[in-house]
Amino acid sequence: MKPMKEPPPGMVEKRGAGLWLTHMIMIIGVVIVFFPIWLAFVASTVTQPEIVSPPMPLWPGDQFFNNYKEALFSGVNVPVATMLLNSLIMAIGIAVGKIIISLLSAFAIVYFRFPGKSIFFWLIFITLMLPVEVRIVPTYEIIAGFGMLNSYGGLIFPLIASATATFLFRQFFMTIPDELAEAARVDGAKPMRFFWDILIPMSRTNIAALFVILFIYGWNQYLWPLLITTDPEMNTIVMGIKQMFPSGDDVADWPVIMAASILAMIPPVIVVISMQKLFIRGLVDSEK
Amino acid sequence: MATVELKSVKKRYGQVEVIHGVSTAIEDGEFIVIVGPSGCGKSTLLRMVAGLESISEGEISIGGKRVNELEPMDRDIAMVFQNYALYPHMSVRKNMGYGLEIAEMPKAEIDTKVQAAAKLLQLEPYLDRRPRDLSGGQRQRVAMGRAIVREPSVFLFDEPLSNLDAKLRVQMRLEIRDLQSRLGITSLYVTHDQVEAMTMADRMVVMNAGRAEQIGTPLEVYEKPQTLFSAQFIGSPSMNILNGFLENGLVKIGHAALPIETATTGAASVGIRPEHIIVDSNGPLTMIVRMGEPLGANTLLHGKLAGTDGVFTVSVPGVHYATVGEEIRFGVDPKNLHFFDVNSGKRL
Amino acid sequence: MEKRVTFRGWLLPLLLIGPQIIISGVFFFYPAGQAIWQSLFIPDPFGLSMQYVGLGNFEYLLSDPYYRRSFLTTGIFSTLVTLVSMLPALFLAVVADRLIKGAGVYRTLLIWPYAVAPAIAGVLWLFMFNSRVGVVSWYLGNLGYDWNHVLNGGEAMGLVVVASAWGRISYNFLFFLAALQAVPKSIIEAAAIDGARFWRRFWTIVVPLLSPTTFFLLVVNIVYAFFETFGVIHTITAGGPQQTTTILVYKVFSDGFVGQDLGSSAAQSVVLLVVVGALTVFQFKFVERRVHY
Repeated sequence: MKPMKEPPPGMVEKRGAGLWLTHMIMIIGVVIVFFPIWLAFVASTVTQPEIVSPPMPLWPGDQFFNNYKEALFSGVNVPVATMLLNSLIMAIGIAVGKIIISLLSAFAIVYFRFPGKSIFFWLIFITLMLPVEVRIVPTYEIIAGFGMLNSYGGLIFPLIASATATFLFRQFFMTIPDELAEAARVDGAKPMRFFWDILIPMSRTNIAALFVILFIYGWNQYLWPLLITTDPEMNTIVMGIKQMFPSGDDVADWPVIMAASILAMIPPVIVVISMQKLFIRGLVDSEK
Repeated sequence: MATVELKSVKKRYGQVEVIHGVSTAIEDGEFIVIVGPSGCGKSTLLRMVAGLESISEGEISIGGKRVNELEPMDRDIAMVFQNYALYPHMSVRKNMGYGLEIAEMPKAEIDTKVQAAAKLLQLEPYLDRRPRDLSGGQRQRVAMGRAIVREPSVFLFDEPLSNLDAKLRVQMRLEIRDLQSRLGITSLYVTHDQVEAMTMADRMVVMNAGRAEQIGTPLEVYEKPQTLFSAQFIGSPSMNILNGFLENGLVKIGHAALPIETATTGAASVGIRPEHIIVDSNGPLTMIVRMGEPLGANTLLHGKLAGTDGVFTVSVPGVHYATVGEEIRFGVDPKNLHFFDVNSGKRL
Repeated sequence: MEKRVTFRGWLLPLLLIGPQIIISGVFFFYPAGQAIWQSLFIPDPFGLSMQYVGLGNFEYLLSDPYYRRSFLTTGIFSTLVTLVSMLPALFLAVVADRLIKGAGVYRTLLIWPYAVAPAIAGVLWLFMFNSRVGVVSWYLGNLGYDWNHVLNGGEAMGLVVVASAWGRISYNFLFFLAALQAVPKSIIEAAAIDGARFWRRFWTIVVPLLSPTTFFLLVVNIVYAFFETFGVIHTITAGGPQQTTTILVYKVFSDGFVGQDLGSSAAQSVVLLVVVGALTVFQFKFVERRVHY
């Protein structure tokens, strides 16, 4: 993160009381924003009766291991562990798949001339414009037609179809000095060699940032997995949680549901926080 | 080591022709400098020899073999780029060895060659560093090292010293020239700096707007510029150009008349280099001084020549305290008068 | 915009873009085309074949009060989500920007909601406001206010707005903070020398300098509210009560998958296609021009 600016003395009234006030405001802000997560965590560590007779306690209880064990290994209709695994496969599949095909496409667009290049470029541009929510019915039919319902392929392929990553890499490749490619050519590097030895290493930061964004995008998918999975064994964690709610008037198994919710948010949070610097730079630079 | 030959080489972008038929034959081991102002096409010409730009018309041969259709890597050339073009994520060692790696040379052999080049360029302590840890001059040497290890037939330099500070440039000029004569590899060197050209070249190609105005040794170009452009481009400070009229063994410039050696008559552009004036209190030419630039070894005086417009510059040796309005009278040896056609700029 | 250097050959690049073309073609263009095609048909009563109706579906949509309601609902919803997520974010960013140390810690904590899927956010907020076990609804009940978003449309809308905006506060906060930190110190100092005190500096200098970011976030948040909030709606209200929270994208789902009216759903998809297309073009033309290739 960029070093914070030094407030010039006397100009920005930030000493003493001012500083405390600033921190107080931030702390209150954080507390308010964090509250839902905190509450969910607490709920995942207490017993069902404690929740069902409000108000529930606001401090964690002692049921942590029980609840989480139950969630992970039996869940409500399918073990949470299974759902977590499905989500992991889906998210990584989406991130890796999209990154690979877009690196190749961006490379082709930037460094080559070929028939149909402009058309291709505009086609890519168009795909930026349609989130999956808008093409759900026909995409469903196609997946069903391929027999890919309830499959990882069905979960992954439609979500890597938009070319946002291609566009981003294209922008980045345009900023790489021409001379690097020329020097490689003079050195005798064939295009794919240049791609592998030089372009990819130079794109490391962008690839990492994009991986974070795509992983979270994939992990947090809701509508699409909801549609194409009928077998609970293929549920992903994010969509599966809703299905843990009973229909009708039965009481929900709140501690388990909350434990599942907490588990569902942990991987994205870890990914985001550990790659914070990288990710923010990528996010702010690339989405602009 | 090889000869390089350009036969009527032309370059077109769409309908626009930017290089209009350049021809020259370069001997084995020669150091040729292609010099000219920005946009004259010198880099384009170099890149055509390298294979980075296609050749619209004409032929380029290296070592007697036509190379028009060949990829850069098949032409047995090596290039040093203006911005060095070092691979940022590779160490100096890897940068230098990359071309050899691609050629699938055995590792031990690559190491030996890289080591030898590093020694030549005094880069041994930096072999394992990354480009970003090096200074401009060091990066420049790595770029050269990369070219040297390939042991090519031809070296191509694309304004390699432009990004260095003045002092470093002077030092690197000598190093490059020295290196090249030791290795004896034919070299084409592009620059916009005419001092570099004058000091480094065996022969120069003076380019302007896509045309080779003159090809010759530095001294040839200096003493007998073939066009107005060459005359003014080479030599610092630039040659003074005045309107004159030749008649009866004299050239009339402003109010003065000077004896000449040529029999040509008519109007002409007259060129006089600042350093060729001979101060003479009875001299035919008079100049009123407007400003002086003391450089230590000599002094430049700028002013107006009686009867003409425009600024005239003279160079007098040593330190001369100029006063505004001072009058200087001088003459010029007829051998040092240059005449150019008023319309075409060609030498008369 | 062409790079000067290109490699020769056309076979290799075609192979390289192959995977992209195949996947985008099969899973994007074909379904999108299908959606447009299907929007011109309605299924017959038995669902066995389709009947061509031209723009009939669209005409019907335009006159369908439920659809128009949904449009209005979506408009209100996205406006509220944008406001609720941008204003607190701006406020927190301004406060955080004034800290020398510690802003990083707050940022790390405030990032969390971004990583939470909208659907999960829906579950969390549902949990807090559930009429039986919700902590917040219980406290409200003690204060005399009976919260029940299952029955009350306004409360339902309020709840989904907050649940949707919650995660976006992080996202907007990151952008605002980055933009604030990018304001050159020298400009602030020059203004101070010119005699401007904090609020004046804020309104006359900082806010205008933030306007590209603000504009960008406006568009992005609206797109988010339109399309990515399906999870929230589905989890909390399922579009109810009585379709008061049925936003357009939810309606595509409920008409198409639940109601099995494929023609109408496809037509709605096409309408959304146009909307998002317009928004994206708008975003690129007016917001992205600072990006130079």
